[in-house]
Amino acid sequence: MRIVVVGGGMGGTIFANNLARRVASELKSGKVGITMLSASDKHVYQPGWLYVALGRATPDELERDQESLLEPGIKFFVDPVTEFHLADRYVKTMGGKVHEYDLLVIATGSRPAPEDIPGMKENSINCYSAENALRFYERLDYFKGGRIVIAVGLPHKCPMIPLEVTFTLYDLLKERGLIDKTEFYYTYPIGRVHSLENVAKWAVGEFDRLGVKYETLFNIKEIDGLKGVVRSEEGSEIAYDLVVAVPPHRGQQVIEDNKLGQNGWIPTNRHTLHMEAEHGDRVIVLGDTTNLPISKAGSTTHFEAEVAAENVAAMIKIGRPVRSYDGKVFCFIEAGKDRATYAMFTYNQPPQPKAPNAPIHAFKMAYNKLYWATARGLL
Amino acid sequence: METRIVDARGSFCPGPLMELITNMKMAQVGEVLELLSTDKGSAMDVPEWVKKVGHEIVESHQDAEGVWHILVRKMK
Ligand SMILES: Cc1cc2nc3c(=O)[nH]c(=O)nc-3n(C[C@H](O)[C@H](O)[C@H](O)COP(=O)(O)OP(=O)(O)OC[C@H]3O[C@@H](n4cnc5c(N)ncnc54)[C@H](O)[C@@H]3O)c2cc1C
Repeated sequence: MRIVVVGGGMGGTIFANNLARRVASELKSGKVGITMLSASDKHVYQPGWLYVALGRATPDELERDQESLLEPGIKFFVDPVTEFHLADRYVKTMGGKVHEYDLLVIATGSRPAPEDIPGMKENSINCYSAENALRFYERLDYFKGGRIVIAVGLPHKCPMIPLEVTFTLYDLLKERGLIDKTEFYYTYPIGRVHSLENVAKWAVGEFDRLGVKYETLFNIKEIDGLKGVVRSEEGSEIAYDLVVAVPPHRGQQVIEDNKLGQNGWIPTNRHTLHMEAEHGDRVIVLGDTTNLPISKAGSTTHFEAEVAAENVAAMIKIGRPVRSYDGKVFCFIEAGKDRATYAMFTYNQPPQPKAPNAPIHAFKMAYNKLYWATARGLL
Repeated sequence: METRIVDARGSFCPGPLMELITNMKMAQVGEVLELLSTDKGSAMDVPEWVKKVGHEIVESHQDAEGVWHILVRKMK
């Protein structure tokens, strides 16, 4: 069985390593082949960019050579896919190579698209790439007080970032003695301050305690740099001194170009994780690029990849899948510089987050290092 | 034009309204979106947002399995 994995990020890597371990003898005998195609020779731990934006990590600490993370037997090429031919079961790469498959796994992730909101790229800062996170930290040097507007585009990866960036930036400006001269103005697209109801209840209490102002049902329409205002689709306007953006996201351009899914979101079965399209029985979709109505988060990707790897191994060994993805997501929530909580939920189980505390923050900091064991498919 | 189904059953995060807003951005003006939701809050917060932003609720009902079907027309 020839398995081609497109994407060497969280989903592709966890899937390939987990599967390689399960079918080690079949890989050795040549009965199974796993090929990974990626756009980069590096593997980046993206959650670390939040800390880069706050001056608590540097980008190099968050990177490993992708090849060093892969189980022996997985063939790895830095050669991004440009064409998907699902009917004929092959992909073509930028280098002109053709890779035929019996099973295709697509885990190409998502990308921030600030250009979808007029003025966002030029007039705001964000932590959605290493470069932008560094610029974020640099920009804070010039911030001497004023109104900071948190502006949230949809959809976005890591649903906790709007709150996390608010609380952690608040603590940083407090440390710098600027909090009395600063007003935080948090905006959010729906009728409460976070999608998770319990998290929203807790966050509103924190906002009131800290004096953070907020406006809900606010979908960012544009940032007018000349007038210094942010406008919403719903018709309101807020003056700003600094905009911290959570940009809207899209899947990769290659997904759109190959018409696999509008805006790069691939129709995916919520339980089997197969692509919902003609020839989709030979295609598994993992991580951010699915169109599933769940958080675009590393934990989602991780749990999906484990289910998919176990199922593919079972298909190879007993001819049928053994597990169904239940929508499991686990997200840490940084509630300041030294406290955190978490939310865990599935399609059927709502989350019940607890009050933030120091041990959960310490665990998150430890996980930031332990992630490399997750990528190897060990944790 | 075919109705665009937005299947947000079992979605706690981002949740049905955010799924609707995301899909609304991808839809054409005049298109009808049918939101499927198992969150009882959707019957309240979806119409509130639709009204505020200026789209139109076409129909809203709960089926025998308890799933809300909220049909919204994109107006702008
Ligand atoms: C600031 C920030 C904070 C975050 N915090 C958290 C957190 O606390 N918890 C959490 O769970 N998640 C968090 N996330 C989200 C998490 O990082 C992503 O959800 C996760 O990386 C998605 O995994 P993926 O495999 O779908 O995509 P990615 O990990 O983005 O990998 C995509 C891969 O596809 C490759 N690729 C792209 N195009 C092509 C192509 N044409 N051909 C071949 N390969 C291609 C890329 O090179 C990359 O290797 C955060 C993200 C950010 C940005």
